[in-house]
This record gives sequence, C-alpha cells and structure tokens, in this order.
Amino acid sequence: MPAVLELRGITKSFPGVRANDGIDLKVEKGEIHALLGENGAGKTTLMNILYGLYKPDAGQIFIQGQEVSIHGPSDAIGHGIGMVHQHFMLIPVMTATENVMLGIEPTRNGIFLDKARVAKRIRQISEQYDLAVDPQAYIGDLPVGSQQRVEIIKVLYREADILILDEPTAVLTPQEVEGLFKVLRSLIAHGKSVIFITHKLKEVMAVADHITVLRGGRVVGTVTPAEATPEKLAAMMVGREVNLVVKKKPAEPKEVVLDVKDLCVLDEHKNMTVDGVSFNVRAGEVLGVAGVQGNGQTELVYALTGLLPLASGEIRIVDEQVHHTSPRKILERGVAHIPEDRQRHGLILSFPVHDNMVLCTYYQAPFAKGVSLQQKVIIENAEKLVKQFDVRTPNVYVPVSTLSGGNQQKVIVAREFSRPIKLLIASQPTRGLDVGSIEYIHGRIIEKRDEGTAVLLVSPELDEIIALSDRIAVMYKGQIVEIVASVEVSREYIGLLMAGVKPAEARKASPTTAKATEVERVF
Amino acid sequence: MDRNTTEMQAAQMPDPKNASKRRGGGGSGGRVFQSLLIPVLSIFTGLVFGAVVIAGTDASVIAAYGNIFRAPGTALVDTWNAIALAYGSLFAGAFGNPTTIIQGIQAYIATGDQKAFLLSIYPFTESLAAITPYILAGLAVAVGFKCGLFNIGAEGQFGIGALCSAFVGYSIKGLPWFIHLPLALLAGAAGGAIWGAIPGYLKAVTGAHEVVNTIMMNYISFSLGDWLLNGPMKAPGYRPVTPVIQDSAMLPRFFPPPLRFNWGFVLALAVAALVYWFLFKTTMGMEIRAVGANPDGARYAGMSVVRNFVLAMTISGALAGLAGATQVLGIDHWVSQNFSAGYGFDSIAIALLGQSHPFGVVLAAGLWGFLRSGATNMQSMAGVPLDVISIIQGLVVIFVAAPAVIRWIYHIRLAHSEAIVLTRGWGK
Repeated sequence: MPAVLELRGITKSFPGVRANDGIDLKVEKGEIHALLGENGAGKTTLMNILYGLYKPDAGQIFIQGQEVSIHGPSDAIGHGIGMVHQHFMLIPVMTATENVMLGIEPTRNGIFLDKARVAKRIRQISEQYDLAVDPQAYIGDLPVGSQQRVEIIKVLYREADILILDEPTAVLTPQEVEGLFKVLRSLIAHGKSVIFITHKLKEVMAVADHITVLRGGRVVGTVTPAEATPEKLAAMMVGREVNLVVKKKPAEPKEVVLDVKDLCVLDEHKNMTVDGVSFNVRAGEVLGVAGVQGNGQTELVYALTGLLPLASGEIRIVDEQVHHTSPRKILERGVAHIPEDRQRHGLILSFPVHDNMVLCTYYQAPFAKGVSLQQKVIIENAEKLVKQFDVRTPNVYVPVSTLSGGNQQKVIVAREFSRPIKLLIASQPTRGLDVGSIEYIHGRIIEKRDEGTAVLLVSPELDEIIALSDRIAVMYKGQIVEIVASVEVSREYIGLLMAGVKPAEARKASPTTAKATEVERVF
Repeated sequence: MDRNTTEMQAAQMPDPKNASKRRGGGGSGGRVFQSLLIPVLSIFTGLVFGAVVIAGTDASVIAAYGNIFRAPGTALVDTWNAIALAYGSLFAGAFGNPTTIIQGIQAYIATGDQKAFLLSIYPFTESLAAITPYILAGLAVAVGFKCGLFNIGAEGQFGIGALCSAFVGYSIKGLPWFIHLPLALLAGAAGGAIWGAIPGYLKAVTGAHEVVNTIMMNYISFSLGDWLLNGPMKAPGYRPVTPVIQDSAMLPRFFPPPLRFNWGFVLALAVAALVYWFLFKTTMGMEIRAVGANPDGARYAGMSVVRNFVLAMTISGALAGLAGATQVLGIDHWVSQNFSAGYGFDSIAIALLGQSHPFGVVLAAGLWGFLRSGATNMQSMAGVPLDVISIIQGLVVIFVAAPAVIRWIYHIRLAHSEAIVLTRGWGK
C-alpha cells in the first residue's frame, strides 16, 4: 500500500538561501510523523509548499501514490490536507460553529445559514476523536487549549486525512499538551495521519511514531523514538554535540535588589492585569515567574521597566523607589531588560548592528561627546561585542533585521550584559530560538547570576523556568499563586498551579518531590 | 536627451549584479546604488510616460497616425520629433543652451561685455534659484518622516516663515546687513518652528494625529496671511502685499539683475549638510530616527517618544519657515497673496523622492526645480502645456511611493532590508 503522503526531492530557494534542498519525506497512514528542526531548518517552508502557499522549484508530491500539484490551500484541502497554524485563525467574537463553517457555509434553501447542521457535525467529530468543544461557545471565552481543538475540528470538518500541526504546543500548559497528545493518538487510531512540527525534543519522544530531522534545508535522517535519545536528536538538529543540561551551583543569595509590594497594573484597556503582586529578588539568585502566557507577566515586566504606569503598589530597586520613574532612570539604576518581543521592543530593526549595540547607552561617554556621536567608538564597541558574544553577522553595518532570530537575541544580550547591571529582567529570553542559542543564552544568564546579579526570569516554558530558577513564582490571573524553592517541587505541581489549581489541592494531586539541581533542558 | 540615455543605462543595469552586491554585506557602494535605483527608474519611467502624453496630444503626430498605413515612417518620425522638441526645450529651459553659453563666454573674453554671457546662463541660475526653497521645504518634510511623522503643514509653515521674515525685513530699519539678514532669516525659521511645534505638541500630549492638525494649521495660516496682507502688514497702495524689505535684509545676489540667483542656494546646501549631521551624527538625531523607526523600541531604550515628536515637528517647521524666508529675502523681497504657491505640497513629493535622506532631498529638489523652470520654455518653444510637467512629477511620486510597480516593470527582486517605513498608519 502506498504511503499516504510522499514528498520527493522538494527544493525551494529564496534569494540567498536554499530553504529546502532535495527533501524526501514519507508519511504512512495512521502515524504521527514529527518534523524536528531548529528555526530556519526549513520545516515551515516545506509545510507551506505542501499546503500550496509556496511553489517548489523542484520536486514531486504524491498522495496515495498519485502525483499531485498543489497551487493553493483550496487544492491542499481538496487533497485532504489540513493545517493547524501556530497562530490560530479564529474570530473571537464568533462561536465555534460559526468559525468552523467560515468559508464553506452550508445553507438551507440557498439563503439561510444552516448552523444546526454544522453544530451536529461538530458534535459527531467531538465524540469520535475525543475533542470536547461546545459548538455554541464564543471563541473569545474559550481557553487556548479549546481554541486549538476548534482549529483541529475545523480541519476535520473539511474531511482532512493529513493534519499538519505547526508548533502546536507553544501556547499550551503542560496539562493541555497532554490533552493534545491524547487527541492526536485518537486521530491516528481512526486512520488519520498527523505531521507534527516542533523543536521540542521531549514532545517528539513522547508522541511521534517517526521523527524526521531537518537541518539547513536538508533531511538529516528519519528515526523512531525507540532508536533515538534526546541527546542524539539534539546533535542531529544542531550538527554537533549539545549540552542538554544546565550546570549550575546552588545559589548564594545576598542582599535584596528588587523589592515589589502589592503591585497593581492596568493594561491598555484598563483591565487589572497585575493584581496585588509582592515578591523580591536577591543578588545572586534567579527568580522564575512561571505561568501560561497572558496571566499578567508581560504587564508585570512592563511596570518594572517603566513602560507601563503602576495603578498602585511599590517597586524598589536597590533600596530606591522607582515607580513613576522614566524607563531611562530605571535603566540607569543598573537594570537590564531582555524584552519578550525582541523585534518590537528590543531592537530598532532598520538600524545597523552597531547602533543597536548602544541603544541604551548611546548618549553616554564614550559613545557621545556632548551631542556628537562617536561613530568610531560605537563601531569598535560593536565589533568587540560581536566577537565576544559570537553574533553571526557579515559585519556590524548591516541592519539588524537581516540577522536570524538567534543572532538578534544575541545582540540584545550582548548590549544588556555589556553595561554594569545589578538586576536582569529576562522575559522569554529564548522564545523561538534554536537549541544552540538556547544553550548559549542559558549559560550566560547563570553566569550573570554567579557574578552576583539578581535575575528575574519570566517564561511560559516551564522547563526553562525549572532549569534556571532558584525560586519559582507561579502567576495565574494577575496574581502570584505561590513562591516555592525550585528544588522542592515537581514539574507537575507547577503545571497544576499554572492551570489555576489552588496550592492545597495541587499538593494532594501531585505530592511535591525533591529533584536534582541539574535539570534537563527541554526544547 | 543625454539625461535619458544615462538613465536608460542605469535601468538596464543587470539585476543579478546588484543582488550579489547586496549579499556581499552591503558595501557602501551597493547601498547607495540600491537606494538610488528606485528613484532613478521612477524618474525615467515618468519621463517615458510624459513622452507618451506629449506625443499623444500633439496634433501633427495624431494626424500622422491617421495615415500610418500609407506612411508609417512619417508617424514615427513625427512622434520622435515632437518628443525631442519638447524635452529638448525643457532641457534648454532648465540648463540654458550650451552653444549660447559658449558664445557668451567668448564674447566676454573678446570684448569684456558680460551681457551675452549673463543672458546665456539666465535659465540655469533661475533653476538654481527655484531649487532653493524646494531643498529647504523638502528637508522639512524629510525630518518629519524620519521621526515617523507626516508633516502636511509645510505649506502653512512656509507662509508663516515668509511673513515673519518679511516683517523683520521691512519694519526694522538702520541695521547693518550682518545683523539684519540673520535676524530676518531667524524670524522666518522661528515662525515656521512655532507653526510646526503646535501640532507636534498636540500629538505628544493628546495623541491628535499630526496630519489632521497640520492641515488645519495650513488653513489658519492662509487666512491669517490674507488678513495680515489686507490689514496690518499691507503696504500703502491698493494691492494686498507687504512693503518691500530693506536692502540690509536681502540675501545678496551673485549677478546683476535680472539674475536672481543668490546666497540662499548656498545656505540651503549648508542647511542640508547640517541636517545630515544632525540626523546621523548626533544623539538627538539618533533618537528622532529611532522613534520614527520603532517607537516601542525607542521607549524601551529610554528615549522619550513625545519629546521627540515635538522636537521633530519644531525642526521641521523651522526648515519650512526658512524656505519661506529665503524666497522672500532672496527672490521676491515682499510677500503677496498666494505666496507659498504649492511649495509646501511639492516638498512632500520631494521628500518622498529623496527617500527622506538630506542628500536625496537635494537631488530631488534639483529635479523639481529644473523641471519647473524648464517647463516654461517647453510651453513657449514646443507648445507643450505646463501641465505635462505636473503629470510627470505626479507619476514619479506615485512610482516612488509604490515601488512595487517599478519592480514589476523592470523585474527587480525585492531586497530584504529595503523596506523603508515613512510614516505609520492612522491607528498607531
């Protein structure tokens, strides 16, 4: 029996890059096939070709042994290929039913929308695949996990046999990830095939039947989880041995650097997004703020760095009140900020690398004399930092927008770490980065901690929090549920708190266990 | 037609070559080539379209095409002649006739009589005089663009600057020129600066969009100007004009009348260099550019977005005001009604064509000035209406603003880093 889907020699070039270079891929009926690779390895390009969004330069696509050509998403859907995008394509003010029927609205008498028929079909799909969704619910009211199920239903409603899921776990809590895996298993039990795009090793080991690793636009190899180990997969992805473990000594906390009391912050729409938060961070320790995205972490960081005003409460940095202070004053007190959205906040993309390297210090000596910028000093500084932090760039004059995500992040890290700092606020410092860059940035953060910097780490990646933090604060709906020492708790326990379970109940459900200080990094 | 051929060569520059330059890491030569490519092709394409319009509206050409099957050669020759005559006289109007200039120089050497020489360079000097306010007003809009602001108010700031400098120019008497002239220039810049700072301040404090407010400030300045010219600033007599400024406030001219070419042109070039230094070599310029390119990033880096909005609009207004001042102090020597005559609006086109870079603005202002001053000659010599020049200018700006059209025509691939955001949309 022919494979459900076979790609042969798919090649696609963009100016200056060969994104896909002779890729062969075979997906069998009823399997979960993971596509593993770093950013820029060509996963997304390959799937966009399969979904008809790009035209390949060369190569063939076979479905059930028949060669097909796919000119657009509607062709792909016609061939039974469905895609669940990383960023959901749902309209929040519409119900699940309305979202599912969008684009192929069935009608009664040719005029009236037949929502009842769609809702009935949704219920059938829900039951068959274990995809619990209320067809009448408005998308905006649903948690992210349910929204994802609506996306999957949307694809199944269009009779897809091959489902492509692009980084589906990025936005989910650990419990929701488990739920998703259950759904995937039930899908393949019913004869569907799933292509699962990810860069997280743990997940592919847990759920995939076959793992195809891409690197630099080529297939490195296809393995089964049984014959692979995380170390081996990481080495295949990166092309060299990778240190999967964050090595760190126990922290030696000293004086309090950041002290936050009863902090309340309103977002742009005047919603209370940070609601009475108190904590402190000491020199020489990492406090990790765990939580599913959108629980107030972003606003907390904005308030600490002066980008959002406080509604009430108190922030002290090295014993000085800094609320109602400008971002510059806070920077000058020795605060470094790795922002969560590096392209929106961290960089001026159209500026050259050298200007971005002095973005927070350009007005100070030696980079400026009076109002006159000292171009030579700025360029020498950038050249030094590029070497020191191993930023891959042809030179320091190119716009920073031309660098890869990992190297853009290195520019920010280089800039923030190169000035004297007492407090490092790192918000999702490895978001969207590849294994090699994650390893590097984690190492640098621990290095800063050991130098005596206080580190506040905010990340929705629980594994990152556990790997780096000495203490962990869990945020849920704008409040800190609990602050615990990281050696005292299990991953599951934190996961439950992130999902809104009260500490007492969580303790019952998942007894705390001591864990080693060396934690496996997860990708 | 020389200009056309050089531009044609630029247009035919093979595309892979510049792609490889780009990959080579953006050497400065490659970058300059990249940023000139689209404007140059836009100008060329505009002139081609203009040629079509010229040929298509020429009576003899139309008649010749009526006989195309009997005499196809005639139609082509007539077409060529019509275009060559139009663009030839445009060129002569802008730069002067090379033969006459040489004859003028020979006459001067032979007899010591300047008259023929001065007459022969008259078109060229008039072009340079016309370019002066275009440079300054174009710089004004460019500074706004660099900060992400769309200053539509250059027209009003130009007018206010002109009125202020004229007032200082005629009302203060008995000052030596080295005090009076700078004072009059400064008054113009200050008037424009205030006119620009008001919408800048409103944007910074209330978030009111600068496009709306600068347009409103234009209306206010037009009406204010009308009132002043018919009342407080009116010269004796029945015409609504200001008195003539004192000699001590005039920008000195290089040649005797009727040549109006004056030091304003040198001033404009110096200001362009100053703006370049300010934008690219100072901390304040870096802040303005950072705010323009990414206000969120600028705020993160500790820059004050609102302060830079006000600063950029003030500088922008000052430059537009200075443009008005040079026009009054160097060319007209008084202010009459409808004085600004579209300089403020042309300056938007010039800033776009010059890609908001001070040197680009100087080049674009040059093109504008030469086209404008050549157009009159084209109308009288070739009978081609002035409006053709407006059509060409309009097309050039459209092509520059929609570079995808140019890329499509010439099959140019998009360079990765090329996207230049001039202003942000309405919401943000």
